[in-house]
This record gives sequence, structure tokens and C-alpha cells, in this order.
Amino acid sequence: MSSLRDAIVIGAGPAGMTAAATLSEGGARTLVIDEQPAPGGQIYRAVERNSDNASLSAVLGSDYADGAALVARMRASAAELRFSTSAWRIDADGTVWTKADGKVERLQARTLVIASGAMERPVPVPGWTLPGVMTVGALQIMLKDAGLRPCGRLVLAGCGPLFYLFAAQCLEAGVSDLVLLDTAERANLIPALRHLPKAVFGHGPGYLRKGFSLMAALRRRGVKIHRGVSNLRIEGAERAVAASFRAGTHTMRIDLDLVALHEGVIPSQQIARSIGCAHRWNEEQQCFLPILDSMRETSILGVFIAGDGGGIVGAMASAHTGALCALAILKRLDKISDTEFASRKAVAQQALDAHLTIRPFLDRLYRPRDEMLVPADEVVVCRCEAIRARAIRDVVRRGCLGPNQVKAFLRCGMGPCQGRMCGPTVSAIIARETGQTPDATGYYRVRPPLKPVSIGELASQYEED
Amino acid sequence: MFTRVEPGSASLSGGNVLDFEGSPVPFRSGDSVAAALLAAGVSPLRETPVDQSPRAPYCMMGVCFECLVEIDGRQNQQSCLTRACPGMIIKRQHGARTLR
Ligand SMILES: Cc1cc2nc3c(=O)[nH]c(=O)nc-3n(C[C@H](O)[C@@H](O)[C@H](O)COP(=O)(O)OP(=O)(O)OC[C@H]3O[C@@H](n4cnc5c(N)ncnc54)[C@H](O)[C@@H]3O)c2cc1C
Ligand code: FES
Repeated sequence: MSSLRDAIVIGAGPAGMTAAATLSEGGARTLVIDEQPAPGGQIYRAVERNSDNASLSAVLGSDYADGAALVARMRASAAELRFSTSAWRIDADGTVWTKADGKVERLQARTLVIASGAMERPVPVPGWTLPGVMTVGALQIMLKDAGLRPCGRLVLAGCGPLFYLFAAQCLEAGVSDLVLLDTAERANLIPALRHLPKAVFGHGPGYLRKGFSLMAALRRRGVKIHRGVSNLRIEGAERAVAASFRAGTHTMRIDLDLVALHEGVIPSQQIARSIGCAHRWNEEQQCFLPILDSMRETSILGVFIAGDGGGIVGAMASAHTGALCALAILKRLDKISDTEFASRKAVAQQALDAHLTIRPFLDRLYRPRDEMLVPADEVVVCRCEAIRARAIRDVVRRGCLGPNQVKAFLRCGMGPCQGRMCGPTVSAIIARETGQTPDATGYYRVRPPLKPVSIGELASQYEED
Repeated sequence: MFTRVEPGSASLSGGNVLDFEGSPVPFRSGDSVAAALLAAGVSPLRETPVDQSPRAPYCMMGVCFECLVEIDGRQNQQSCLTRACPGMIIKRQHGARTLR
């Protein structure tokens, strides 16, 4: 079916599900696609399947289980849902090329809501490409999706809300040999505290309480925590066997079976970049963000971004941003009156703002260490092409002043991940070397296909046309 | 490296078995192919074509592409985004510097 829809929503996390439900409840013909086999996004991954699983529900906690209501709301709406379906090319005119089960399709809508969420910030440290090194989010996904928990000695290295949340979930899941390497920089505390007064408003106190109770639970259960960890290095030949690091004035080395890294999350830029949405550097979140207006429309008319993909706001706030996008679209399609739009917009905006009071504090407290943002010469930056920071610095000194030039010279960003894993670091290294701002430095040009598509799959589309 | 929170939720005696390089790998219904392989202790999953360094799934959410395998004859499949199905034939992938 290739007829014109009112909206295509890409991603079925809290943002996309709320946008889709609001749109179709308001009478807009809406299609939702997600490359995962089921709705939920990152936070509510597999929430339907786990709802009758008492042991996993206990491990994952009530914030997770709460997602089932949103999934049910979207399912009850008239929105058409397609899972295991990847968007691999998106055009500014509202065309979305999908791939599902080896078949390619071209779909079209008046408006697009990109709700593709966040990814974990790459953590380029020595040894991070070794088998046995994963991300904290990856381990949480294995827990939610497959009921798998690490066994043997697990080292979690990093900081941020998801880091401590997952550490607590590990304990609930029965992980017995857990060591935390907390990389949060102590010097962040004073500048972060300046943002604390704002956090007493809205839901700030609730987030703070949750944070403190997580920390208290880890302490009560006697988890070994090294604080102020820097100079992290993963050791091993065929796989990770140890981590060495500095904690305060001590240099230490611990054996391990599995290590997971986490330095917070950043928006997934791939889709918005590939359409040509304008971006700007955000100093607080130390990443590029798409430029959005108050209704979350991008620089391209009719293309909206909901959720963490537009800047990290967390799951609850992501849902409210989905509502804002949907209301703007309903108004544009003349499905709601100006007065209904104004009143519902005010409600969504107020709900959103209440979740944002805590963000400046969290962003500052867990700002990654410089050594993670601009790694040392020996560290692999581009995993796919095995290119180290030294090589990037070399070509910059020889006159390469932008990420696309560096890409052309070194092939970095040209492997299978198409620069998703090295893009942020490459831009940061260039900016540091040249003294240019991140905005002047820019980012990789991103081109489709955003996902692997074979000639055979492409041919399947032409057979249908 | 990994164990099930509910012991016995994946075993070779059930119907949920896939084939990895000729060996049977059990999975729990709902597992991704990558999760099933990690649970079975498969590591590394591939070598980079550039310097032959060993690699295994890193992000489990479709970002890093360290989990690429051949599934039922199709190359370049992200195994962390593909749900395991009974009888799937999974092979290690050699080469593939780019996706096209
Ligand atoms: C690994 C991970 C784990 C997290 N766990 C938690 C947690 O436990 N608690 C918490 O409070 N926050 C968690 N977060 C933070 C998280 O980002 C939430 O704030 C929330 O999930 C954001 O909602 P969202 O709707 O913006 O995006 P997401 O929930 O990330 O949803 C985006 C969806 O888009 C889909 N998608 C992306 N690209 C494409 C494409 N090309 N084609 C088709 N579909 C696509 C994805 O499959 C995904 O389902 C986690 C983040 C990550 C990265
Ligand atoms: S493990 Fe990262 S893309 Fe599959």
C-alpha cells in the first residue's frame, strides 16, 4: 500500500508511542515502524512479554512495568504498527524506505516524527574493542530481552543514572561478583550544585530521591565501588581479562570476566543528519543536537523529532515531547481547533517542563572526563576500520580540517557502522587540535543506506512497482 | 559469561534451537540471535577485515555493527536486531568492509 499517510512515526519508544497514539486518536492516519520485534523502545524493551514474568519484573522495577500502559494505549489506537522494520532511507519530502524480512518498501506521509531515541555515548578507552567489553545498556538489553545476566566477575565502569540503575538491577538479578568503577569526576560536583536549586521544582525531588535510594541500596549490599576512576584501560589479547585504572592516588588492576562501559547517552543523529536537519553543539550535554522549534519541528518543514533523539530528557519527558509533535501535526492537518491545540499544548508543555528541572544538574554532574571525549593517541577511535586517535591527529596536523576530509583520508567512519561509533570522537579530536568550535568543525555527512540493504532486497521493491 | 535468570529457560531439548557454524545453539523464545550466541559462549563473533582483531557484540541495539553475521544465506545481518527462530542457519562472516 503506497497511498499517502498523514504521519509516519519512526521508533516505538515512549516518544514514538505517545506521538502515534495522540495522532491516531486525533484522527490522523498514522504508521509506526520500529526495527525491534516489539514496542517499548530502550526503556520499555520487551515490556509486554515480561509483564507476566514475576522474577524479571521484580528485577527491572516499577518504572519499567509502567511502560505497559503506554504500549496498550498505542495498540488500542488506530495506528498501523510494523515491527522488525528498519527505516534505511528517509527523504525530506516524507518518503520513508523500509526493510523488513528481506523486502524493501517505499512509504510516503505528509509529516514525519523521528523518534529514534538515544545511543550510549562511545567510550573510547584502550582495549574497548576486545570481546568481553560491552556497554551497560547492552547488558540491560540482554536482561530485558532474554532474561540473561552476567556470571563470573562483572565490572561496570562509568557513571550516570542508567549506570547506577543497572548496578542495582544486577544485584536483584543475582549477580554476586560485582565491582563498580565510578568515573564521575569529583570536580563536577561544585558546578553541578549550582543547578540544584532548580531541581527542587517539578519532578526534580522525585528523581533525586530515586538516585539517593539507588546509591544507598548499592552501599547497603556492600558492592565494591572505586570512585574518581580515571586512566581506565581494558587488558587482554583475545578477550578482556583485566581492567587497570587510577582511583585517587592509587593505580590498581583487577581481574574480570566481563566489563561494561557507560558514559551517558546522546541522541542518535543518523536519521536527522541524513535528511539534512540542522544541528548545533550543546555544551551542557556535550553533543550535537538537532535545532528544534517549540513544537519540535526541525529545520525541515514537516519533519519533527520526539524524545531523546532531540536532546536527552529521559523517558517520561520523551513521552510528553511526542505529544507536542502530535498536536502540532494535528493542528496543521486541521484535525483540532486552535483553542483545543492551545489548551492541550499547555498541558503537555507543563508536564514536560516538570521533568526537565533535574537535567542541568545531571548533565553537569555526569559530564564525561576529557580523556573519554578526546582519547589518547593509542586508543582506537573508529572500531570498524581500526583507526587510532594518533592517525586522526596526524592528518589534522597535515591540513585536514573537517570530519569529512578525515574520512576521505583515513576511511574512518566508512565501515559498517557508518560513523555512528566514531563520529562524536572524530569531531571532538579535530576541534581540539584546530582550536575551532564544534559547530565550526561539524560532523560527518550521513548518507543512506542507514542500514545494510542488498541488491536483492532493492530488487524486491522494483518487482512490486 | 552469561546465565539465565530463570534456569532452564533455554535448552537443547526444546524446539528452540538454531545452527551456528554446524553446532546446535539453544535459545529462549524472544532472544535475539546475538543474545543466543552470547548465552552459548560464542566469542569472538567475527574478526575485522582490516586487522583481523577479534570482535563480539558491543551495543546490542543496532549501533555498533559488531554483531554482523550471515543468517539463512543473507550477509550483513545485525544479529542483535534479529529474533532467533528455530532452524535458523547462522554463519560467521568474513570480509565485508562496507555494507553494499
Ligand atoms: C540501551 C539503553 C537503555 C536504556 N535504559 C533505560 C532505563 O532502563 N531507564 C530509563 O529511564 N532510561 C533508559 N534509557 C534512556 C532512554 O533513552 C529513555 O530516556 C527512553 O527510552 C527514550 O525514549 P525515546 O522514545 O526517545 O527513544 P527509545 O526508547 O530509544 O526508542 C527509539 C526506538 O526507535 C527505534 N529505531 C531507531 N532507529 C530506527 C530505524 N532506523 N528504523 C526503525 N526503528 C528505529 C529503536 O528500535 C527504538 O525502539 C536507556 C537508553 C539506552 C540507549
Ligand atoms: S551489537 Fe551493536 S549493532 Fe548489534
